[in-house]
Amino acid sequence: MTTDLHSIPREAVLPRRKTRLGTALKELGKAPFTAWLGLVIIITYLVVAIFAPWIAPYRESQVFEQPYAPWGGDFLLGTDQLGRDLLTRLIYGARNTIGIAVATTLLAFIVGGGLGILAAIRGGWVDQIVSRIVDVILAIPLLISALMLLSIFGSNVTNIILIIALLDSTRVFRLSRAAAMNVVVMDYVEAARLRGEGLGWIMRREILPNVMPILVAEFGLRFCFVFLTISALSFLGVGIQPPTADWGSMVRENSTLITYGNITPLLPAGAIAVLTVGVNFVVDWFLHKTSGLRDEH
Amino acid sequence: MSTNGRADGRGLLLDIRGLRIEGQSDDVWNEIVKGVDLELERGKVLGLIGESGAGKSTIGLAAMGFARPGCRITGGQIFFDGIDLRTLSDAEQRGIRGRRVAYVAQSAAAAFNPAHRLIDQIIESPLTHAIMSKADATKRAVALFAKLGLPNPETFGNRYPHQVSGGQLQRAMTAMALVPSPDLVVFDEPTTALDVTTQIDVLAAIKDAIRDEGAAALYITHDLAVVAQVSDEIMVLRHGKQVELGTADEIINRPREDYTKRLVAIRQISKNGEALPHAPLLTVEGVTAAYGNSFTVLHDVSVHLPPGQTLAVVGESGSGKSTMARVITGLLPPKSGAIRFDGQAMPPRLADRTKEQLRVLQMIYQMPDVAINPRHRVREIIGRPLEFYFGLAGREKEKRTLELLDQIEMGGEYIERYPGELSGGQKQRVCIARALAAEPRLIICDEPTSALDPLVADGILKLLLKLQAETKVSYLFITHDIATVRAIADMVCVLYKGKVVRFGGKQEVLSPPFDDYTDLLLKSVPKMQIGWLEGVLSTRRMASAGN
Repeated sequence: MTTDLHSIPREAVLPRRKTRLGTALKELGKAPFTAWLGLVIIITYLVVAIFAPWIAPYRESQVFEQPYAPWGGDFLLGTDQLGRDLLTRLIYGARNTIGIAVATTLLAFIVGGGLGILAAIRGGWVDQIVSRIVDVILAIPLLISALMLLSIFGSNVTNIILIIALLDSTRVFRLSRAAAMNVVVMDYVEAARLRGEGLGWIMRREILPNVMPILVAEFGLRFCFVFLTISALSFLGVGIQPPTADWGSMVRENSTLITYGNITPLLPAGAIAVLTVGVNFVVDWFLHKTSGLRDEH
Repeated sequence: MSTNGRADGRGLLLDIRGLRIEGQSDDVWNEIVKGVDLELERGKVLGLIGESGAGKSTIGLAAMGFARPGCRITGGQIFFDGIDLRTLSDAEQRGIRGRRVAYVAQSAAAAFNPAHRLIDQIIESPLTHAIMSKADATKRAVALFAKLGLPNPETFGNRYPHQVSGGQLQRAMTAMALVPSPDLVVFDEPTTALDVTTQIDVLAAIKDAIRDEGAAALYITHDLAVVAQVSDEIMVLRHGKQVELGTADEIINRPREDYTKRLVAIRQISKNGEALPHAPLLTVEGVTAAYGNSFTVLHDVSVHLPPGQTLAVVGESGSGKSTMARVITGLLPPKSGAIRFDGQAMPPRLADRTKEQLRVLQMIYQMPDVAINPRHRVREIIGRPLEFYFGLAGREKEKRTLELLDQIEMGGEYIERYPGELSGGQKQRVCIARALAAEPRLIICDEPTSALDPLVADGILKLLLKLQAETKVSYLFITHDIATVRAIADMVCVLYKGKVVRFGGKQEVLSPPFDDYTDLLLKSVPKMQIGWLEGVLSTRRMASAGN
C-alpha cells in the first residue's frame, strides 16, 4: 500500500482568487426580471434623492400665487394648498423621506443586531433582561408608542430617527438573536473561545458574517416598514414637520382634492408604493439566493 | 422485458442497465452516476460500498425509480420485476414504492415524525396502499418487533420516537420497511450512526429479518467490514462507476482492483508504542463533572498522559468522553477534582486561564464542517492563532501559514479557499493546522476521523502520527473505534457510563483478562472477515446458555 495521500486531489487546482465584486456581478447576471426591475426603481429613487436640487424645477418651499393649480403649464403636476410646485415637493420628499428612513433603519440594525448577537453569546441573565424588555416594547403597537414618545419629546428629525430606530430595533433583536443562536453552538465559536478571543472578535468576526445574509434581507424589509411608519406619522401630523417636504404629509395636505376627483394626493402615495414594491422585489431575490431555496424540477 | 421472467421464482428482481444520473450544483449539471449496471436476484443481498460522493445512495434511490431534488436520471433502464420504472407515471411509481420496494434511511431519528406514535407511522404505508386492514398491519408490525428483538413488542409501537434509543429506532424503521412484505428493501447506511455495541444487534436483526422474509436487499454503506457480514455480493463504487463486483468472499479475500485492495487493507497502521515512565504532562485527578445539579456525567475519573504520547479515551456515545474534553479545556468546570498540566494546576474555568495556558492546549473536532468558520478563508483560519498568540503579521504570518499548510500536506494554493471549497479530509487538515499554529503541547482530538471516509480517515491518522514524531506533541484522542486505538495509542482509557473501566498501557488494556464491558466493546468491532457476525452471535448464545 502506498503511503501517498489519495485524499487530496492536488492536480488541476490552480490558485484562483474570486473577488467579491466579480461574484456579485455574476449573480446579478442571473437575477430574475423582477429583481432587475426592483434595482432600477431603487437606483432611480436614489438618483432623484441625491440630485434633488439640480433636478427639481423650483426650490423646496417656494410659494407661488396660485394654490391648487391644475396640471400642466408652469407646474407640471400643479401646486398644493399653499401654491408650492408639487413636482418639486415630490422630488425633495424623496430626499427627506428616504434619507430619514435609511438612517433610522441603519440605527435600528446596529442596536438590535448588536444586542441580539450579544444576548445569544452571553445567554443567562443578559439574555433574559434584554429579551424581557424587548417583549414589553413589542407588546405595545408600534404606532401607539411612537405617537406617545414623539408627543413627549417633541417631533424633530433627530427624535423621529431615534424613537423609530429604538422601537424597530426590537424586531431586529428578535431576528438576530434567533439567527445567532444557531451559530453560537457551532464548534468554530467554541474554538475561538478556547483560543481566548474576546467578545468583540467573536461577535464581529465569527458570528456576524454568518448571520449577515439574514440581516441584509431583513434590512430591505424593515426599511419598507420604517418608511411606511414615517409616512404614517407624517400623515397624522407628528412626523416630519412643515415646510420640509415629505410624502406622508403631502398626502394629508392635499387629501381634500380627492373629493373633487383629482388624483394629485395619490402621487406621493404612489411614490411610496412603488419604492416599497421595488425594495421587496430585490429582497425576495436576495432571500431566495441566500436561503438556498431550489425550485423543484 | 421477457428475459427478466420469474419462471422459477428466483429470477432477476432488479436489473439496472447503463444507469446515468446527473446532479445539479451551482446551476451546472454534473454526471454523478456514470453508467452503472446492476443485477439482483430475489432473496439476495447486494452490498454497495464506496466513499461519499461515489453515488451509492443515489443508485439506491434510483432502484426505486426516484431521484432526489436536484438530481435527474438521464439514461439507462431500471427494470423492477420486469417493469421499467422509468416509463411509469408518478402515480404508478407510487403504487410500487412502499408496497413492493421499501427504504431504510441512515438517520432514523430524522426519518420519523416526532409528533406521531411509532405504530401509526410504521403501518402507514400498507394502509395507504390499502393492502392490509389496520388490525392485520398492527399484528404484523408486532410480529416484526418481536423478530427484530425490540423490547415489549406488544406495546413498543405506542411510544413516540424520542422515547426509544437510536438502535431501537433504527430497528423500528426496518420493521416499517418490512410490514408490507416488500420484494426489495434498500438500506442506506442503517448502522452508521450507531455505536459498535448497538450496531452488532441491529446488524443481526436486519440480517435475520431479510432472510426470514425472503426479501431482496440493497445494502449501502462505506464500511466494508459491515457489508461483508450481510451481503451475498458486493459492488465497489467510486466516482459513480463500478470498480469491482464479486461475491463477498471474493471481495474480502481476493480483491482484484487496486482501490478495493486499499479498502480491504485500511486500519492496518499500528503503533508499537508503550508508555514510558515519565513525569506526566496532563493529569486528571478524581474529576467528577455534571451538567446542572443532578445529571452527573463523570464519576471520579483519574487518568494521566506522559509528554509526546497518545492517550486514547474509548467508549460509546453517552459514556462521557466528550465531557472529559470539556472539563480539560475548561468549558465545563468540574464539581470536584483537578486538572494538572506539566505539574501546575490548571484553573478549572476557561475565563481564569492565561493566554499561555490556553495556547498549550488545542483542540480538533469531530465535524470539520462546523469546526471552521465557513466565512473565513484558509489564510485567516490558520493565520489567526499566529497573530493572536505570537503577534505575527504581514509577511511573517504568511510565511508561517504556508509552512503549516506544507506540514499538513496541502499546498499554498489552498490559502485563498473558503471551507466550502475544500473536501471533508482537507477541512480536517486545516483544523489540524489551526491547532498546530499555536505550537501546543497537547492536542485534544475529539473523534477527528469518525465523520470521514475510511481511506481519508487513514490519511488523517497517518498525518497525526507524523506530526507527533516531528513536534513531540501529546494527543488525547477520543474515539469509539477500537481499530483507531490500535493504530495510534500508547495508553488507553475505557470509559463506561462516566467511570473509568480500564486504564493503562495499550498492550495491557487490550489483552485479556477483560472486564465485561471491554470484552463486549472489543468483540463488537466488525472484522474484515466473512462469518464474523455469526461467530460473535453464537459465542454470545453459548455464554448466555451457560449462565
